[in-house]
Amino acid sequence: MPIQYYITLASILFCIGVTGALTRRNAIIIFMCIELMLNAVNLLLVAFSKMPFAVLPNSTAAAGTDAQLFVFFIMVVAAAEVSVGLAIIVMMYRNVHSIDVNFLNRLKN
Amino acid sequence: MDIIHILFWCLSALALFAAIMVLVSKNPVHSVLWLIVVFFAISGHYILLNAQFLAIVNLIVYAGAIMVLFLFVIMLMNLNAEADPQKNSWMKIIGVVTGGLLLTMLVSAARSSSDIASKTATLKVGDIGLIQNLGKTLFTDYAVPFEISSVLFLSAMVGAVVIGKKD
Amino acid sequence: MNELVYLVPLFPLLGFLINGLCRKQLSKTLVGIIGSGSILISFIISVVLFWQVKSTGAGLPVDPLFTFINIGDSFKVDFSFQVDQLSSLFLLIITGVGFLIHVYSASYMHDEEAPHFARYFAYLNLFVFSMLLLVLGANYVIMFIGWEGVGLCSYLLIGFWFKNDNYNYAAKKAFVMNRIGDLGFLLAIFWIFQKLGTVNYADVFANTNKLSATDITGITLLLFVGATGKSAQIPLYTWLPDAMAGPTPVSALIHAATMVTAGIYMIARSNILYTLAPTVQAVVAIIGLATAIFAATIALKQNDIKKVLAYSTVSQLGYMFLGLGVGAYTSAVFHVMTHAFFKACLFLGAGSVIHAMGGEQDMRNMGGLSKHMNITKWTFLLSCLAIAGVPPFSGFFSKDAILSAALDSNTSYGLVLYIIGVLGALLTAFYMFRLYSMTFLGQFRGTHEQEHHLHESPKAITIPLMVLAFLAVVGGFLGIPEVFLKNSDWLEKFLAPIFASSTAITQKTPSEGSTEIIYMAVTSVLIILVIIFARNKYMKYQKTGAEENGFGKVLANKWYVDEIYDAVIVRPLDALAGFLKNVVEKSGIDGFVNGVGRFVQYSSRQLRLLQSGLAGNYILFMVLSIVVLFLIFWNQIQIVQFLQKIF
Repeated sequence: MPIQYYITLASILFCIGVTGALTRRNAIIIFMCIELMLNAVNLLLVAFSKMPFAVLPNSTAAAGTDAQLFVFFIMVVAAAEVSVGLAIIVMMYRNVHSIDVNFLNRLKN
Repeated sequence: MDIIHILFWCLSALALFAAIMVLVSKNPVHSVLWLIVVFFAISGHYILLNAQFLAIVNLIVYAGAIMVLFLFVIMLMNLNAEADPQKNSWMKIIGVVTGGLLLTMLVSAARSSSDIASKTATLKVGDIGLIQNLGKTLFTDYAVPFEISSVLFLSAMVGAVVIGKKD
Repeated sequence: MNELVYLVPLFPLLGFLINGLCRKQLSKTLVGIIGSGSILISFIISVVLFWQVKSTGAGLPVDPLFTFINIGDSFKVDFSFQVDQLSSLFLLIITGVGFLIHVYSASYMHDEEAPHFARYFAYLNLFVFSMLLLVLGANYVIMFIGWEGVGLCSYLLIGFWFKNDNYNYAAKKAFVMNRIGDLGFLLAIFWIFQKLGTVNYADVFANTNKLSATDITGITLLLFVGATGKSAQIPLYTWLPDAMAGPTPVSALIHAATMVTAGIYMIARSNILYTLAPTVQAVVAIIGLATAIFAATIALKQNDIKKVLAYSTVSQLGYMFLGLGVGAYTSAVFHVMTHAFFKACLFLGAGSVIHAMGGEQDMRNMGGLSKHMNITKWTFLLSCLAIAGVPPFSGFFSKDAILSAALDSNTSYGLVLYIIGVLGALLTAFYMFRLYSMTFLGQFRGTHEQEHHLHESPKAITIPLMVLAFLAVVGGFLGIPEVFLKNSDWLEKFLAPIFASSTAITQKTPSEGSTEIIYMAVTSVLIILVIIFARNKYMKYQKTGAEENGFGKVLANKWYVDEIYDAVIVRPLDALAGFLKNVVEKSGIDGFVNGVGRFVQYSSRQLRLLQSGLAGNYILFMVLSIVVLFLIFWNQIQIVQFLQKIF
């Protein structure tokens, strides 16, 4: 499968995420869009891991393992991020009874 | 066009459609469900790329744990389509146009690069995505980051508890 | 011994400093003693110096006190004084008359509060100091310092009662008018320095042959512009009548001893330059004569006692310039001297009258004062006779000297100058005796209260009056023409060395004695007739309250000169200033400056909207920035090609 396809697919997914972050005010939806963007990047990393490396002729059989482990770590970080982020959203909802991000437009008060 | 290609296209279409539905749905619960669909589609792609470990982890961690957490929070707050705050249409149009611009840039950049024009991703073959190989590397070369990630989880847990505590 | 001269201006300066700095501490008596005493000491030193000059018959060499300006080798100005016949004579006039005016002031200004009294004396002393500097300086720069000094002091003294806006306006007018003239003087100094590289009198006058005709004409014209400002000639004379706003002794000081004579002194000092420029001399003579007639006509219809005297001063100054213009420098200086005596006496007498009338200055409300103020009346009468030119009072000799010089001047218009000059003298006689009759003769026309208040002034006022009146009577004998008495024109001989180089150029054939005597006799008879006419006409003056009409109204309004100046110069300037202020400043400069400020304010207000605090906006900008960065750093050609391909 041409790598271009994957790049394009991942780009489209990523841009859908960006568009979502731009067009929605619901904090949870925005958060989900960020997850979508992370997944788009993950997909691309995995696709690259399976690309034969022309520049490295003596590539071993294990070439590409690093990329997949990178995806693994991204998932780790994402999981941690989601736990903290959702905690913040819950606290925000508890304080202002809304999950509208525009409510939080100032640092004070 | 063999079955793998058909699967690729189907999964891609599914992922894109589901991703768009995430945005379009008024009800946050539907958004979560559509996002799960996206994750499933991406997991399918992983399987096509012979990255079974990541496909499973993606399902378990993302589609399972994280999205359940989302769903749980949404239901805790009792959010529905009526409570959903809306941006005005101008801002939506600007957002879509900006996203489209970014997409054009990214795609044009990728397509204009001659280096990767002839490159392909090998489907179905290769065993680097198997749990055996990944595990070996993870616990030898990446042992320290792995342990550090456990500390990250611990601190994230503490943070979540502290933030979520009532005053 | 010759350095004694530096003490002459030193004492007035000390008096100024003491009175000025300690004006809140010193009592009025002490202030009066310091103020008058400093001038008295200067006067004594001046007498000593004058005696030395007279006995040696030459100027005293005086070493420079210090180097005032020293720039490289090219420009060096010493702070040095020059004592010769001319300056020593002026010293006597300034310090002598000045001293009498100080004594008079001590009594006249006694109603002022102590700090203002001291301020007044401080200004007077500074005034005398400046005038002494002007007269004593050995180069044009020192003269210019004094020149500016008297201008400043006249401003301060005319506006002495600064709570009255009209007085302040008069002070400003005097200052601005003087400033116009000063510019001419300054330019002349620059011109001299440019051409000769020095400003010392001795060096300049010795090197006149290095100057082209244009240079001399230009320099003398510019100097004359300066003189018209300071000595109140057409067209810059209007400040002098308004200068009456100051206290009366100040008017006496400005008009008689100092300030207005500065212009005469300067031209007399630069006489050689003027002798070399006959054209400018003619200009000086014509302007002087025009001023003399012009001011005399205005004086005919003025009712303010001080205004009449003011215009008579302008008129007499015109005569002096006529004398300078026809090359009779000695006669001009002679007239300065006699004028100082009788005009100081007249002003101080007027002050005495005003004092007795309780501040009233309108002659229509006076009359019959001779019954109450005997000394004032007699001194006033003598001075009037002197200024009118009745023989053998001083004014007769000095004015006649000028007029006969005009007649003798080897020009085709000598006779015209003479006749117009005589006409002016007749006018002078008329308005002076109109003044005298309206004030001292006839019936008192003021209120009963004023009549009750009438009294002779105290000794401090009458004694200076008597001294001045005496000088006004006998002052003329210093310059009795040769036709009356052989070897008698003492002043001419005394001043001869100063004007030697000029007389060497203009070898004049003295007119025949008999003709001169006939002219004199006719003039004198005419003057006496005019006096009798004026006396009789105004002795029975009754207040009618009727407005002047016809030509009289024009004269009473001073030929509308102030109005013309107002319309021709002040209004357009005002309009221009208003235009600059309201249009150029407001919308141009202010508009630009405020526009910059408003632009910054506006743009920052717009930019502030970017900082909305809304996370969505920040993401938007971030994404847009990424797009822009892509466009900038990616290979644009490839992108364009791709875009062309897909669209």
